Amino acid sequence: MSPLLSVRNLRVDFPTRSGMFEAVRGVGFDLGRERLGVVGESGSGKTMAGRAILGLVRPPGKVTAERMELGGESILNLPESRMRRLRGSRISMVMQDPKFSLNPVMTVGRQIMEGYRLHTGESRAAARDKALEMLRAVQIRDPERVFDAYPHEVSGGMGQRIMIAMMLAPDPEILIADEPTSALDVSVRNEVLRILDRLVGARGMGLIFISHDLNLVAQFCDRVLIMYAGRVVEELPARDLHAARHPYTQGLLNSLPRLDRPVERLAVLRRQQGWRDAPPEGAA
Amino acid sequence: MLTVEDLDVWFGHPPERVDAVQSASFTVPQGESFGLVGESGSGKSTILRAIAGLIDTWSGRIEVAGETIAGRHRTRTFHKTVQMVFQDPYASLHPRHSVDRVLSETLRLQGMDRVDQRITRLLDQVGLGQGFRFRYPHQLSGGQRQRVAIARALAAEPRLLLLDEPTSALDVSVQAEILNLLCDIRAERGLTYVMVSHDLAVVAHMCDRLAVMRAGRIVEQMDTARLRAAAAQSDYARALIAASTGYRRPA
Amino acid sequence: MTETTRAWLLSDAPQTRRQARMGALYQGWLTFRANRLAMVGLAILILLVLVAAFAPWIAPQNPYAQNLAERLKPPSAQHWLGTDALGRDILSRLIHGSRVTLFIVGTVALIAPVIGLFVGTVAGFAGGWVDQVLMRITDIFLAFPKLILALAFVAALGPGIGNAVLALAVTSWPPYARLARAETLTIRNADYIAAARLQGAGPLRLLIGHIWPLCVSSLIVRVALDMAGIILSAAGLGFLGLGAQPPMPEWGAMISDGRTYILDFWWVAAMPGMAIFIVSLAFNLLGDGLRDVLDPKGGRE
Repeated sequence: MSPLLSVRNLRVDFPTRSGMFEAVRGVGFDLGRERLGVVGESGSGKTMAGRAILGLVRPPGKVTAERMELGGESILNLPESRMRRLRGSRISMVMQDPKFSLNPVMTVGRQIMEGYRLHTGESRAAARDKALEMLRAVQIRDPERVFDAYPHEVSGGMGQRIMIAMMLAPDPEILIADEPTSALDVSVRNEVLRILDRLVGARGMGLIFISHDLNLVAQFCDRVLIMYAGRVVEELPARDLHAARHPYTQGLLNSLPRLDRPVERLAVLRRQQGWRDAPPEGAA
Repeated sequence: MLTVEDLDVWFGHPPERVDAVQSASFTVPQGESFGLVGESGSGKSTILRAIAGLIDTWSGRIEVAGETIAGRHRTRTFHKTVQMVFQDPYASLHPRHSVDRVLSETLRLQGMDRVDQRITRLLDQVGLGQGFRFRYPHQLSGGQRQRVAIARALAAEPRLLLLDEPTSALDVSVQAEILNLLCDIRAERGLTYVMVSHDLAVVAHMCDRLAVMRAGRIVEQMDTARLRAAAAQSDYARALIAASTGYRRPA
Repeated sequence: MTETTRAWLLSDAPQTRRQARMGALYQGWLTFRANRLAMVGLAILILLVLVAAFAPWIAPQNPYAQNLAERLKPPSAQHWLGTDALGRDILSRLIHGSRVTLFIVGTVALIAPVIGLFVGTVAGFAGGWVDQVLMRITDIFLAFPKLILALAFVAALGPGIGNAVLALAVTSWPPYARLARAETLTIRNADYIAAARLQGAGPLRLLIGHIWPLCVSSLIVRVALDMAGIILSAAGLGFLGLGAQPPMPEWGAMISDGRTYILDFWWVAAMPGMAIFIVSLAFNLLGDGLRDVLDPKGGRE
């Protein structure tokens, strides 16, 4: 089966006063109908890679790639007008904090409807039905009330569910979720993940799940890319994450305190210069 | 070292008064590390801020090192005894003050002598070294900033350190370094810690005992062994522990 | 500049207090330099300062020397910008007038923001009734149009350049107070202020050492952007005859003098108008560049 999204040698560069800053340095992967986790620390380029795919890297940042194809069609550096049509209808994105991604002066329902109508051209009535259906799909108990609510009237977990409803309304093929749950409490987090899991599974979508939380990604995703300094250092099935071979991945795992395994001292990650340059293991 | 009895903290006036903490009581003996856990809005950070004197709308009794505290006013001795490390190292350092300025001002305020020498020692102690002395916050990473914040808190040579989610804004590998540093400092100086966190694993690693909070009330107090064994008594604490072991895919 | 000096200045790990300070200054200069228009503004203002400083040597003629035979002459080789109704050389008057302009700008820029900073930060930091009282006073000043209020002041104090400047300074502080108060309100609850409080820092230390440095930069930007308005207000007072008194070569008063002849002898009013326009523009450009450097919200990272 051909992949939904195929990326080869993706690079994002930012010119700075002290030379070129390479935020992403040659990332490549194929995304099928699966949950792909992208893990790394801050500054590893994971968010920038996601933004590059969506065409959201602002100048002076520069995106180059050998290949960046959505369903066999190149989407590299498309003009903004075409990219805008793609975003939302075929690729969507859920950001970390719903507080900043929902428009505070528009009711939740109108925001979902607007996005949906923009991409499908449906009538207002159809859009309203769709919005309510989506709110139900993300397990909001009283969809009519939430439909008329303003973003500040809903909790963080609810806001994130609304974001998911909004992003999935036009039935995109790919959803990029950038730390969708790190602003949420654990109990709410698990609920949001369950909803995301179910919707993505039922619709046969491809999900790119960007996160700093290794354990969460191991539990939630099918496959994991580990990024370090703008590069993929290791790629492996999520269930084998704890048997990771790359010293960086191992180091990250060991540096986490765990409830089930008390230690005297936490292992500290010793970064090595070589990790920046080594070719990714198991890369195509 | 620290006794909190029947602590109520509220914000605003009726009818919009919000009761952030309600009748919280706990005691932390000298040398212990005590954790306060709970979800956002449970009032755990509010308790720390009330103890530190950053909130003045509270009632009940707070006693630190045998001294009872009232309102917002704090004595010199209090500032020498209790210090705090804040959650966000990007917000807790003045953007226009260099590391040198932060530490020297702190030392002078605390009435310390030999400022130069002490700065050198503090920087070494938090693992930064002299190379960092004249940097501004924007020239530091998150972990380095938090080390500066810890150095600032240690400058007064306090006996009780209030830690408000000191690592939640940091990467996991940096978190490990900071937690190790905090452990070392405590062992070295025999400090008492009160640590607020939403991460049960971090609290289990750092603390001897903890209190679980929910909606402003302390639901349960237990020791770390009980936490690790997931043998909490209240339903809420059990659910919280279960949730923090991670996501389980529905079958 | 040699490569090593540059590296020393741009170092992320300064070794001494001096290096850290110089480095921060140099970074700011680089940001400012990247804004071409701001550099143009700076160049014009430096030129203005030089012209003012060396006015007696630069000016081709005596700005007060009347020559009725030569009155209202158009620009020529002898009088580059023409002559006015009393036959005085306009270029010479403009050059000497730059001193008056700089005096007005400098004095107002020293007085108004300082009052504003003080009132605004104290109000924002203290809160409660102090805030209420100070801000209501500010509101009273803001309720009148600036020029009208300045007119009233000058009318009460008597016309003259000194009183005009004083009136302008006293009427232009309220916006700065508002700005400083707004900034203070956001800074007041920051963790670094809480941390300093925990070290036992008193309110005066917090205000001067912690809050002022953060407010000053946005005030400087605002002042630079407002300078144009202040020059125009001063010119307005001059135009109405309440500012500089004849025969002082103040630009606004010069326009006022030229008004009578504006249809037949345009240069008499147009030349000082041009000068006011260029200097106002320069201040605006400079303010824009300073915003890039100083405004913390602009984001240096």
